[in-house]
Amino acid sequence: MAVIGGGVVGCAILRELSRYRLRLVLLEKEAEVGFGTSKSNSGIIHAGHHGAAGTLKGRLEWEGNQMWDQLAAELGFGFRRCGELTVALRPEDLPVLQQLKEQGEARGVPGLAFWDKETIRREEPNLHPAIEVALYAPTSGVVNPYEACFTLAQNAAMNGAELLLEHEVVSITKVEDRDVDGNGDTGNGPLFVIRARRQGGEGEAERVRVREVVARYVVNAAGTAVAQVAAMAGAALPPIIWRKGEEYLLDKRLVGIVKRTIFPCPTPTSKGILVIPTCDGTIMVGPTAHETRHSDDRATTFDGFSEVFAFVQKLVPAISPRDCIAQFAGLRTVAEGEDFIIETAPIGRFVQVAGIQSPGLTAAPAIARMVASLLEDEGLRLTEKDDFRPTLPPPVRFGQLSPEEQAALAAAHPEYRCIVCRCENVTEGEIVAAIKAGARTLDGLKFRTRAGMGRCQGGFCTTRCMELLSRELGIPMTAITKRGGGSWIVTGRPVPVGDQGAEGEMSSANHMRM
Amino acid sequence: MQTTCACDVAVVGGGPAGLAAALGAKEGGAARVVLFDREKEAGGILWQCIHAGFGLHHFKEELTGPEYAQRFLDQARAAGVEIMTETFVLGIDADRRVRTLSPAHGMQVWECKAVVLAMGARERTRPAIHTPGTRPAGVMTAGLAQKLVNIMGFLPGRRAVILGSGDIGLIMARRLTLEGVEVEGVYEIMPHPGGLNRNIVQCLHDYDIPLHLSTTVSWVHGRDRVEGVTVTPVDSRLQPVPGAKGRFISCDTLLLAVGLIPENELSLQTGLALDPATGGPVVSSTMETTVPGIYACGNVLHIHDLVDYVTEEAMVAGWYAAGAVDGRRPDTIRLVRGPGIASCVPHTLSNRVEREQVIYLRVRQPMENCRLHFGEVFERRLRYAFPAETVRVTIKPEVLAEFPDGDLTVYLSE
Repeated sequence: MAVIGGGVVGCAILRELSRYRLRLVLLEKEAEVGFGTSKSNSGIIHAGHHGAAGTLKGRLEWEGNQMWDQLAAELGFGFRRCGELTVALRPEDLPVLQQLKEQGEARGVPGLAFWDKETIRREEPNLHPAIEVALYAPTSGVVNPYEACFTLAQNAAMNGAELLLEHEVVSITKVEDRDVDGNGDTGNGPLFVIRARRQGGEGEAERVRVREVVARYVVNAAGTAVAQVAAMAGAALPPIIWRKGEEYLLDKRLVGIVKRTIFPCPTPTSKGILVIPTCDGTIMVGPTAHETRHSDDRATTFDGFSEVFAFVQKLVPAISPRDCIAQFAGLRTVAEGEDFIIETAPIGRFVQVAGIQSPGLTAAPAIARMVASLLEDEGLRLTEKDDFRPTLPPPVRFGQLSPEEQAALAAAHPEYRCIVCRCENVTEGEIVAAIKAGARTLDGLKFRTRAGMGRCQGGFCTTRCMELLSRELGIPMTAITKRGGGSWIVTGRPVPVGDQGAEGEMSSANHMRM
Repeated sequence: MQTTCACDVAVVGGGPAGLAAALGAKEGGAARVVLFDREKEAGGILWQCIHAGFGLHHFKEELTGPEYAQRFLDQARAAGVEIMTETFVLGIDADRRVRTLSPAHGMQVWECKAVVLAMGARERTRPAIHTPGTRPAGVMTAGLAQKLVNIMGFLPGRRAVILGSGDIGLIMARRLTLEGVEVEGVYEIMPHPGGLNRNIVQCLHDYDIPLHLSTTVSWVHGRDRVEGVTVTPVDSRLQPVPGAKGRFISCDTLLLAVGLIPENELSLQTGLALDPATGGPVVSSTMETTVPGIYACGNVLHIHDLVDYVTEEAMVAGWYAAGAVDGRRPDTIRLVRGPGIASCVPHTLSNRVEREQVIYLRVRQPMENCRLHFGEVFERRLRYAFPAETVRVTIKPEVLAEFPDGDLTVYLSE
């Protein structure tokens, strides 16, 4: 059983399937899971009322929404049900809010309520004074999407799944059965031979770099590359486009400026530019939504920046670009018709998960269940393991503890006495634990521990994080990357030609003296 | 689980400001002076500033950063300052309790008669200036590059563009050139340089590195690693000149030297007031912040161009901090920034003192042959004034005595 693509959807599927007695492998082309679209996600667990009735998006949004509390409790990633407000900026927004409320209620989403001017002022005093009506949805939450990816994959691996990172799928061939399990049993139908090329091994012989994975069942959850992977297997998909979203992260100084996620009224293609109180206390604004022709276009733009901050003024006037500490962009994969595509390809035993735009993160756990059931329909036997371990030990977040808890932790464990990241108060113990949990890159460390994610953006802790990566992984500093591939950080000093001669003379002089 | 300790003066940060403040506190008569520094050795950023040019004012000789740091370390140790290294300050409150964490002692709470803030500054980063484009490896602040090269012994790349002409950028242009890295040029969005004139000459002119004013990086290219940048001329509003075509420069590294931000996140826990003009605390003539018994000096107070001025200011802060227990001297004059003045430290003055008062100013525009006025009671002729260079003014006690109580406007005129 192979899952192609280690975004939040692929990771959720992998973890769901790791409950069962299966040989599982995940193929991910980036250096770590979640490094594609998922890490640039807004991190919102949508309330359940956004998706229109009769769509997969609508059904899975609400199903998925209800699964996050348990997931977060089991895996320990940042998650908070903060609620959301969809505000009316124009009179014509009111019927849209009414419709959102009705479709949510029809689905069983509890607590949806209209707020009047007084309630808005009392609960969210920093909203623009012109906002007089809003739809409140208490079931909405925020999550750290990259943490969700890391912990889902880590938990799946703990339960026996194999993670093949930096392995880009280059071909998929369907062949007649052969005896893969070595038990003489070839009566199980056709097989998929997946060839994946290891990244970062340029110059090596192809036979060293290419790994062959044989699977009876395949899930294509390749995100922005879903159509490419589908084509390799001869499983066509409707046309796919990419819609880019730019996000801007603001200094923690603004913590509390909004308590809930603030939405404008949605348009047919986007939920609009939002103000998001992240799990970590920072405020995020964005995303934009513009079609792009390149599946690799993750550039932030001057126009996107201007658009986001101009629009946010209409929601929360006190937010200024001066507080911006990070900027990034991600791509939504959009299928024709705007709904998710989750189906078994006509070739059989090949489940495709495509066009997972918003609310894909919210829906991911529900998508995973749906995929498992599609695979079961295809003949995959899902036998629960007796020894499935659903939980990970809760991670230490030194910076988020009270002074008393910090003192107790530091007294008991010396590794929590040394601060590596001074903006977020991340200790050496947390960094080392993150590397042990799978961090291989500076970004991997950053997204697991917040080291380098604060206001200095790694100005002070980059060298320390590099030293710890080098020490724990036993690799030279020059082999450390920002996020895998060719994203090296430092290079060695060039050795001038004259110096080698000088060194030679020096040693011969020493020799003579001896 | 945590131990409680007491001291007369606690100094937070062991860079040039912290070391001088600790010495000043000892000279001022404090019995127990404790300095906290998060690194293995106090000295701060001076260790990575291996170039010469330090100490011309204070020691009347030219030292490297490490030499300057060593002199102060030696003096501080000789004076009996307790230097606690690898000690991270987690919190400071208005009652002058300092919470520290260190491998040697775990968590400690220090009850201090006075606290001197000397945490320094951090560099402005790419998101702070919103440079568009991709986000590959190879975009880093000049100070980080300086640490990689001078402390760790690695190079940040092979061909670099430097954005911003702050002093660290200029120093790094020269340093990288000496290390065999090709520096294509330095680009500055403002119409005037951000660093000291002497650095423009010694670091750029002497090495034929071009400085392009009124030009900025408008796009970063590259997926994994920087593959190049596009530079574009800007108009007087610092916006790209309409219709101007950008120029692509192939490079693998973009260094940013686009300014420093005083690190006041700890300071704010005490509830002190910040001056938006400096980004640092509002201080009296004794370098005391708006919270009694808490003092500030160095780059945490305002961004300095010369370490010698840091030393001078920090000695004053430490000296007064030592006397904090004896009651404070009320200032009666409030300095108000008038035309041409970007910032001014300290923020208040006393007209009843025996020692001369030093005032550090920054001007908004480059000017020649201008006059600096303190209300109508005192003026000083300046041959040159540059935004990048601190204007240091000393006022003698007998002149100060003439200053009237109340608001006094500081301004520049032709």
